[in-house]
Amino acid sequence: MKHDLSRVPEIIERYPQQPSSLIMVLQDIQKEFSYLPCEALEQTAAKLGVPLSKVFSVSTFYNAFSLNKKGDTVVRVCIGTACHIRGARQIQEQLETALKIQAGETTKDGKFTLEVVGCVGACAMAPVVLTNDRYHPQCKVNTVKKLVAKR
Amino acid sequence: MRIESEKQLRDYRKKLADADKKLTKKIMVCHGPGCLASGAEKVSEEFEKQLKRKKITGVTVGSIKKTGCHSFCEKSPLVAIEPAQILYTRVKVKDVAEIIEKSIKGDEIIERLVYHDPHSNDAIPKYPDIPFYKHQTRIALRNLGKINACDIDDYIRVGGYEAAAKALLKMTPEGVIDEVTKANLRGRGGGGFPAGRKWKSCRAVESDVRYVVCNGDEGDPGAFMDRAIMEGDPHTVLEGMIIAAFAVGAKDGYIYVREEYPLAVVNLQKAIEQAEAIGLLGDNILGTDFSLHLHINRGAGAFVCGESSALMLSVAGNVGEPRAKYIRSVVKGLWDKPTVLNNVETYANVPMIIANGADWFTSVGAPKNAGTKAFSLVGKVRHTGLIEVPMGTPLRTIIYDIGGGILKDRPFKAVQTGGPSGGCLAEQHLDLSVDFDTLTKHGSMMGSGGMIVMDDRTCMVDVAKYFLSFLVSESCGKCIPCREGLYQLHKLAIAISEGRAQESDIEKMEHLSEMVVTGSLCGLGKSGPNPFLSTIANFRDEYLTHIRDHKCSAGVCKELIKYEIDAEKCDGCMACIAACAFNAISGKKTKPHVIDQELCTKCGACVAACTREAIMVL
Ligand SMILES: Cc1cc2nc3c(=O)[nH]c(=O)nc-3n(C[C@H](O)[C@H](O)[C@H](O)COP(=O)(O)O)c2cc1C
Ligand code: FES
Repeated sequence: MKHDLSRVPEIIERYPQQPSSLIMVLQDIQKEFSYLPCEALEQTAAKLGVPLSKVFSVSTFYNAFSLNKKGDTVVRVCIGTACHIRGARQIQEQLETALKIQAGETTKDGKFTLEVVGCVGACAMAPVVLTNDRYHPQCKVNTVKKLVAKR
Repeated sequence: MRIESEKQLRDYRKKLADADKKLTKKIMVCHGPGCLASGAEKVSEEFEKQLKRKKITGVTVGSIKKTGCHSFCEKSPLVAIEPAQILYTRVKVKDVAEIIEKSIKGDEIIERLVYHDPHSNDAIPKYPDIPFYKHQTRIALRNLGKINACDIDDYIRVGGYEAAAKALLKMTPEGVIDEVTKANLRGRGGGGFPAGRKWKSCRAVESDVRYVVCNGDEGDPGAFMDRAIMEGDPHTVLEGMIIAAFAVGAKDGYIYVREEYPLAVVNLQKAIEQAEAIGLLGDNILGTDFSLHLHINRGAGAFVCGESSALMLSVAGNVGEPRAKYIRSVVKGLWDKPTVLNNVETYANVPMIIANGADWFTSVGAPKNAGTKAFSLVGKVRHTGLIEVPMGTPLRTIIYDIGGGILKDRPFKAVQTGGPSGGCLAEQHLDLSVDFDTLTKHGSMMGSGGMIVMDDRTCMVDVAKYFLSFLVSESCGKCIPCREGLYQLHKLAIAISEGRAQESDIEKMEHLSEMVVTGSLCGLGKSGPNPFLSTIANFRDEYLTHIRDHKCSAGVCKELIKYEIDAEKCDGCMACIAACAFNAISGKKTKPHVIDQELCTKCGACVAACTREAIMVL
């Protein structure tokens, strides 16, 4: 899939052109494209004066970054302690069955990415699932499939 | 307008307070984490729409306030009517019109929306009378539920920035450090290190530049206190940092916010702009020659970046791998300059200490453990939510009086504190007082404040396995004992949970744990085996049942359980048949159904679908 990378220079220039801006720049690129396109990483390295190897190392160290494009809807199952105790694993398995993918994968049609995340800060409402940034509190094993029904 | 003296601040506050006193009704819609997840935004929109349509505005009846977490998350969305202190629970959009008619225009209480005691079923309309609130003391969370989260005026109205003014205008930096030291404010991020001592060491280092940093990474899964503070009362974090920066002599500060908390970033940013606009932050704060610039850094989803040295590397744009601490970060921290790092809740306590004095602060709490601690009370407890109690409060009070006991009145099994570095305490620990030293002594730790309650349907082997798997994926990989040791521990825990282990494996795990603890650099590895060590210490029998009898009595470990339908209870409603994605259940209407063990994947869908609790997990 090809992207319009013309916005990359503008994103990089939002921050001071120095190595310490690296994470912030990558976060904005991730947000714009939902992943880190290779060319964008090369441009970032050149502009901030950071070796490409370090850009790559930071990109792969942090969970927030992805080198692969994500689906239109990112479904995130919270597997924090509170959610785990209240049945998050079964919720995750239901979604894996429904989407026919494992956590961390994207459906072939590019519609859904399924991820797990360690606590989204709504622990009192466990178990919690997020579709993009929308919270679904107190999910039930037998109804969670609805979140990924065709839309 | 810029506020340039204590008098100006006082006058401004008085003006705001007087205006507020004229309001006979205030509608406080909770916009805390739990309520937002449950649709609070729609409720406040509806209030705004209807108030406008009904032309209810002006001096006698205020508009609504979108507050920080009111704390009783289990009943969310929450709406409080002030000053009458009425709390409406589980408020839906369709309830809004009735609330406006009866409780805003009139003085009626809508009984169906108030809290009812789960046992006597008595209605308790005022929140201070609800047991959940009664046993709490609020210092760090004092403004949550009381003020508009994104409004500096509301913060000033309740006394905000007066402590900063007192420190900057009337005290010396040394005086501030003395006060915080005397108050014995211990770090709320988990370690419990005295903040005053940290500030003093930082100030003592010769340097032209120093930094203050706020740890808002809140990595412990199951905890959301810091999120609630950053989102619901961001100004208190700023005020705490201003006081700290003044004390140590820092001109720049950084707030490192967890990636999953975008609203915290937005609210903190707004707060910074508001404070800068009236001269409470930025250059020449309150007309003095003290300046502080605060910056926000978003985390990028790495648990280890909550660790101090990793966090500082991450702020500087690097991979967050902890370093050895023979040089402490108060000497060489961010960009190798002396740096004070404190947790969000620690900073939230600072203004109260400066405003009310150290003696007041030490009058709350337990010996050597002054003040309060905020917890997220979650898991299998009836009333989940955000709480703050004086240190020294017994676990039993927290779980039974505040939390209302165990969900569905099942037996209590354990309570987990301290996140992945902490441990599980058992029944015999329920009367322990909750403070830094007692919890550590008994194999758990205070941690940043997640308190996860577990009942008899929670498997302790599974809990240990869960934390180990969390740590395996979050270990940065720098120290081999941590990277490989935790991995092997996890593998053995899996073997136990699948009934493939021998008794000698427990010894192997204990031995391995020792190596991981001694051989790792940072707290992640050093305390990584804790969840295993505390569960094996308190629940050895449960491990043995898995190993010897291949049974998981809690009904959790998939390989050791099976699902069966109780023919006595089943009324043949076919709900489970519809719920099963694997066609493993058969049966006719009104006749008891049967599960085909070959096809059953133990996914739990049938258990959730059954209305008669007829499906047994054996
Ligand atoms: C692996 C690891 C993760 C940590 N995560 C956090 C965290 O999420 N939030 C926090 O405040 N402290 C965390 N800490 C503790 C910090 O290193 C540090 O002690 C603390 O932020 C200091 O602030 P305080 O003294 O005010 O508590 C963590 C420590 C370790 C070893
Ligand atoms: S554990 Fe799931 S939201 Fe915190």
